[in-house]
Amino acid sequence: MDGRGIDSRGMDGREVNRRHPAGSESDSESDWSRRVRPATPGQGTWLAGLPGILFLGLLVLAPLVIIVIYSFLSRAKFGVGVKWTFDITPYLDLLYSESLAGGRAFDPTYLQIILNSFWFSLITTVVCIVLSVPIAVWMATRPAAWRTALVFIVTIPFWTSLLIRTYAFVIILNDNGPINGSLQFLGIIGSPIGMLYTPFATVVGLVYSFLPFMILPIYASAERFDFRLAEAAYDLGANRWTVLRRIVVPAIRPGIFAGSLLVFIPALGSFLAPELLGGGKTSMIANVIAAQFGASRNWPFGAALSVLLLVISMLILVAFAVVARRARRQQGVNAWESLL
Amino acid sequence: MSKATRPPRGTGTSLRDFPTFTAVSVAVLAFLYLPLLFVVGYSFNSNRVVTVWKGFTFDWYADVLGNDDIQRAVTNSLRVAVVATVVSVLLAVGLAIGLIRMARAGRLLAWGLIGAPLILPEIVLAIGTLALFVQLRMPLGVPAITLAHIAFCIPFALLPIRARLRGIDLAIYEAAADLGASEWVIFRRITVPLLAPGIVAGALLAFIISLDDFLVSYFLAGPGGTTLPVYIFGMIRNSITPGVNALSTMLLGVSIVIVTFAYLLTRRKR
Repeated sequence: MDGRGIDSRGMDGREVNRRHPAGSESDSESDWSRRVRPATPGQGTWLAGLPGILFLGLLVLAPLVIIVIYSFLSRAKFGVGVKWTFDITPYLDLLYSESLAGGRAFDPTYLQIILNSFWFSLITTVVCIVLSVPIAVWMATRPAAWRTALVFIVTIPFWTSLLIRTYAFVIILNDNGPINGSLQFLGIIGSPIGMLYTPFATVVGLVYSFLPFMILPIYASAERFDFRLAEAAYDLGANRWTVLRRIVVPAIRPGIFAGSLLVFIPALGSFLAPELLGGGKTSMIANVIAAQFGASRNWPFGAALSVLLLVISMLILVAFAVVARRARRQQGVNAWESLL
Repeated sequence: MSKATRPPRGTGTSLRDFPTFTAVSVAVLAFLYLPLLFVVGYSFNSNRVVTVWKGFTFDWYADVLGNDDIQRAVTNSLRVAVVATVVSVLLAVGLAIGLIRMARAGRLLAWGLIGAPLILPEIVLAIGTLALFVQLRMPLGVPAITLAHIAFCIPFALLPIRARLRGIDLAIYEAAADLGASEWVIFRRITVPLLAPGIVAGALLAFIISLDDFLVSYFLAGPGGTTLPVYIFGMIRNSITPGVNALSTMLLGVSIVIVTFAYLLTRRKR
């Protein structure tokens, strides 16, 4: 967590570099460019990382490989597992459905769900940006002691159970929940507005789930910004809106990019918000996948949807990486490290 | 700030403030915390209908704590979280040390594997692990959940450990080696004690991440492996009573206390 003042950073960095020449200081970026460094006694060997790599190979890489394989197999007779014969039906099922006569007809059901997921994630990302820019800039302009505390306060919800955070909105958006209750009490509405089990509820849940992922990277950018530049702009006659638009926002753009990535991708694969708040009417990709491995019992189709979700996520990741590299003028914003 | 550099227009606020930003920030902070406060508040509601307030009671806590199924779910959750924490921390210490000495290609591979559980959609990891275990004919339940949890606990355990490791002055190692300490002695007597705060912080974070996980546990639970979040999900789907809120409040409390400890541990260094 980073509550350091702007001025102390230069000194800080130099000092650490001198003391720890072999440790890569800034971020992973400088790691990559370096070759194997000469060993210092006591540093250990790369073999120390081997058990971890093997473990992750088995429990992260192997599941992905199996999903890809499953997506090209046929459905098992009783639904659990797969039949080991090659089949591209799972991918055809994404766009076509089989009629009783055995012919295939175009069926937009799943395409619609995929587009819905995109749309929900996009709205979520935009709402998160709009909410996060003010608070991130506001946090970055507080005194150092405040900043550390504020970062912690914004971080806490991330460390609490996503299930409970989503459940909170089941209560809040309920027909006799606090929102409807207070609106009725104030006489603004006569009967409850049905907010729960709507697309609106899903998006609110998604925004709530991922908001810290947007605030923290933007804050990390804003905290590096030298606000004397803004002051200089005022001296040159700019008004606040111009300063915000032309000076501050360009400076925090890397944070906005990083945050968008950290919000959009998990939002696209969300299960809990649409499941508990959307009430079945607003399924997203993850709900369909879950159903295939549960009640619907069509593992290969679920696998094909997962592969699709993976490919889309990877493409977005690559696209963002390309854009971010261009946009990155300062140090990279390692958003995950900014969480703690 | 001297008088001369005060804003030309404006109402005496600093040049660094933008109008409405403070209001929006306060609103966002309220948005982050009010929902949690509602969960906590309604856990004391004596009415069976969660959102219709009747009176104050602690009954739901007693009700929930006395429930056998819930006790079993809590036990399962703790078994998973404790083992996942210990194993992921051990692997993370190895990875933190190994990463420094790895060649470029190895480091890329390692970071890819470490970061994957964070970037990949959780649902894909969940059903992928389910498919893997079914393929390996491994029974579902607590051990299966534990293995899967270790994978996504590693990155969270790794961050504070790695930050700590990178702060160690190499001259200390050199001094120890000059005085005749072997690699193993250096590791045990110097590296581990210096890493200790990072290790504890990493363990705390891994513990919460495991304790709070729902989706992976949901698919790997099998008949006997219901963890607390999986149980709570079932309650939300079937019958919402303030008991859900009581359980949620306790889980929230544990998470917040643990993350506060982890935060205090990592902060002292700076």
